[in-house]
Amino acid sequence: MSLSDTARTQGATPATQRRDPRQIPDRLTTRGQRVLKSWEALLLLVGIAIFVANCFASPYFLSPWSLSDATFNFTEKAMIAFAMALLIISGEIDLSVAAIIALASTAMGAAATAGFGTPVLVGIGLGTGLLCGAFNGVLVTRLGLPSIVVTIGTMSLFRGLSYIVLGDGAYRGYPDGFAFFGQGYVFWVVSFEFVLFAVLAVIFTVLLHKTNFGRAVFSVGNNATAALFSGIRVPRVKMILFLLTGLMSGVAAICLTSRLGSTRPSIGLGMELEVVTMVVLGGVSILGGSGSIPGIVIAAFVLGLLTFGLGLLNVPGIVISIFTGALLIGVIALPRLIAKGRR
Amino acid sequence: MIPLRLTREVLLAFALLVLLALVATRFPGFVAPSNLAAVFNDTSALIILALGQFIVILTRCIDLSVAANLALTGMVCALLNTVAPDLPIVVTLALALALGATLGAVNGFFVWKLDIPPIVVTLGTMVIFRGIIFLISDGQWVNAHEMSARFTAFPRYEMLGIPMLSWCAVLVIALVYLMVTRTSLGRSFFAVGGNPHAAVYTGIDVGRTQFLAFVISGTLAGLAGYLWVARYAVAYVDIAGGFELDVVAACVIGGAAISGGAGSVVGIVLGALFLGVIKNALPVVDISPFWQLAISGSAIIIAVALNARSGRAKGRIILRKAEHAHEPV
Repeated sequence: MSLSDTARTQGATPATQRRDPRQIPDRLTTRGQRVLKSWEALLLLVGIAIFVANCFASPYFLSPWSLSDATFNFTEKAMIAFAMALLIISGEIDLSVAAIIALASTAMGAAATAGFGTPVLVGIGLGTGLLCGAFNGVLVTRLGLPSIVVTIGTMSLFRGLSYIVLGDGAYRGYPDGFAFFGQGYVFWVVSFEFVLFAVLAVIFTVLLHKTNFGRAVFSVGNNATAALFSGIRVPRVKMILFLLTGLMSGVAAICLTSRLGSTRPSIGLGMELEVVTMVVLGGVSILGGSGSIPGIVIAAFVLGLLTFGLGLLNVPGIVISIFTGALLIGVIALPRLIAKGRR
Repeated sequence: MIPLRLTREVLLAFALLVLLALVATRFPGFVAPSNLAAVFNDTSALIILALGQFIVILTRCIDLSVAANLALTGMVCALLNTVAPDLPIVVTLALALALGATLGAVNGFFVWKLDIPPIVVTLGTMVIFRGIIFLISDGQWVNAHEMSARFTAFPRYEMLGIPMLSWCAVLVIALVYLMVTRTSLGRSFFAVGGNPHAAVYTGIDVGRTQFLAFVISGTLAGLAGYLWVARYAVAYVDIAGGFELDVVAACVIGGAAISGGAGSVVGIVLGALFLGVIKNALPVVDISPFWQLAISGSAIIIAVALNARSGRAKGRIILRKAEHAHEPV
């Protein structure tokens, strides 16, 4: 039984009857009204508020280089979040993404130490990500296991392999050209990572919202049985999404490793939860079936600006996490509280 | 009574015995009664948390904030101890239970009243609780010399040759077992997880039951918080970091279905002990502790694969789906 199945039944109990958020809204409103009332609009408002507050709070915030630095807070996480969004929309989840980063980074470190050049390292990073994604995908789609449990297991397994290889050591000797992915700038203050983030945002927007495959993802998440009967190969769609999430984790591993210039087994620890936070904040239903990529992009900026702004004010990282946690619960609770008040 | 067949619990007990036998071939001293008691003692916190998590999972929810709850309650107890060293342990314990229950109630409230998915709520509260620890402790450690002797002695205090920490675990096992098998609340946990729709029609308030599950999980996490801090005689922001995954792992290995409504207290305890034995056995059989993470990860995957094979039918499903109700059971 998938995560979506279990959670949906729970949400639909008569005791807590409410309007299904996935039902097609009555089209009496105009397109403009719908956009204004959308989740993305609310989130954009929150984002603008945080941006303005940041401008007042710190004199160092509003400079091109500051803002450029701020983007590094979210680019790598957002790359994974795009793929994770598709996976969660289809009713599955992958908690092993940060562990995939650790394993891919370890594999690249081992190859770099053996003297391979940058192109080989990139290939190894992407390949490891794909392999890990395939492993998750096979366990979920072929054996029919719940993805949340499988990926909690592989999360320990992948990072565990990294610990077995590295122990308390680290890989440092990366070739010079490799540094470009995480530290390079395309022009002026625009970093390579940011350009990659933007390109991926466009690709994923088109993939989810403009292709047959995207429609299949939504229908699998809304009703897997109905999707199957309408000719969608549900296991294959899910398998592709696990592969895609693995691949994007590999991409993020390349960027992060290149930016840090070293690999330890604890690299990216806890990042899976930040990625899920970003996806949920971006308006993707954790129960599957709804969500959008533009929402993820806005959520990435909101989280990144919040973290960076508080960092400028010398707020410790752990305290910043209070804000992100409260933002996650608050932004989801608020519309429900308002809806309750109206009734 | 069920005749002794290959239930999940029997299989798991068998696996545990095989594991112990394997370790004994390399290091016979490991299976000495005194050492086994020490392993149980070391696993006590995991057992206590896993039983709380089990009840939450029974109701189709998940509580990712248990370790953060443990750390926050532990820190509050430790700070209180530095201010009032002579406070009776009973008061500290009561406070730990109450604070844990309150934190659990916060989770339960969002799930019950605002209908937010449990994984989202507890993901949020997990980081919020950790952040609060930093705020109240100012990022400082509370070390052994700042704690009173009475505070740290309690988990070690031996009764009948067994430390209090183990007794606490035994007590929690007994209480949770009685609650799950002998009370209507315990039955309603299974009913809510087995089939929420049917549960509503039998007069069970699904949201309220889930709320109570979170309160119980939080209370147990609070208890474990005091015990943990007193046992290791140190409190800081990151204690038990990532422990929530061990807790979920113990439940999954113990046969709790993540889709709710199935599992047993005996299974959960065996699942926790399985992880505890692995953790304690690795150093004595000369395997680097760095292997532990990968081994427990593999154990989770194997366990969930085996569980899926044996099917959910063996769980205690009280309320069946309507279309199966008229079939002979």
